[in-house]
Amino acid sequence: MGPVQYIQATINRYTKLGYEPYRFFHADEAPPWSALNKPLSQCRLGVVTTSGTYVEGQVAFFYKDDTSIRIIPKDTPSETLRFSHVTEHYLDNARQDPNTVIPLDSLLRLERDGVVGEVANDVLSCMGGIYSQRKVRDELAPALLEQFVQQQVDVVVLVPM
Amino acid sequence: MGTAHDILVAGKPPRSVFLDFPLGNTAGRPFMPQEQYDITRATMEALENMSQPGQLVALDHKWSEDEAWKVTAMNDGHGDQRQTRDLIPRYQFQSDRIAAEEKSKSSLQD
Repeated sequence: MGPVQYIQATINRYTKLGYEPYRFFHADEAPPWSALNKPLSQCRLGVVTTSGTYVEGQVAFFYKDDTSIRIIPKDTPSETLRFSHVTEHYLDNARQDPNTVIPLDSLLRLERDGVVGEVANDVLSCMGGIYSQRKVRDELAPALLEQFVQQQVDVVVLVPM
Repeated sequence: MGTAHDILVAGKPPRSVFLDFPLGNTAGRPFMPQEQYDITRATMEALENMSQPGQLVALDHKWSEDEAWKVTAMNDGHGDQRQTRDLIPRYQFQSDRIAAEEKSKSSLQD
């Protein structure tokens, strides 16, 4: 059996609930490309999760096009990690073990094992369920970019929910 | 990284690594640190080796022997239930709200 068709499943669900189908983003051109200019073992890795992770004491995400970012220090104890996301039914496992969507333990081990040179000190977190593509493009993406430039990362991995 | 193949294909990030697991398990199953590590490591190796814009590498890991979970994922309505869209922070625990409000108060006093 092939992969789950989540776009179609969402269209079906919205129809059943009486909503207009959500227009998923479809890229109409090839993505930009930057070659890695050094081995990953010498790179600083930036990490962003779009799973709506926040740390106990931080303000949670809201459900109407929240384009804000939470800064999650990479040594944050997993028992203080929390989640708020519009599709919260998918968060059952993450709320038991956050490493399913914000793999801090694995990333730190990759750092110790020398697979990556260094993981940036802070992982960035945002809401994955934003309906306005304009707000993602004009607000969230530039804000993430600014953070990554400040962190002086060489490469970024995005971990969705 | 991603577990939604169709969304990765639609969004065309410069490099994708697809894991055929249910949504919510992007970096592996809960409480399986070795599997989580293997998935994250394989992702890093793929990242280093991909050479074409828009390339997608599929990992070999299987969620289970049978694929009943995929039928469930297509049909069970577990996704977005269109809860009210508003600007109210949705805390996982009531205690998180209190902690955030306390922190906000103390930072105002600083």
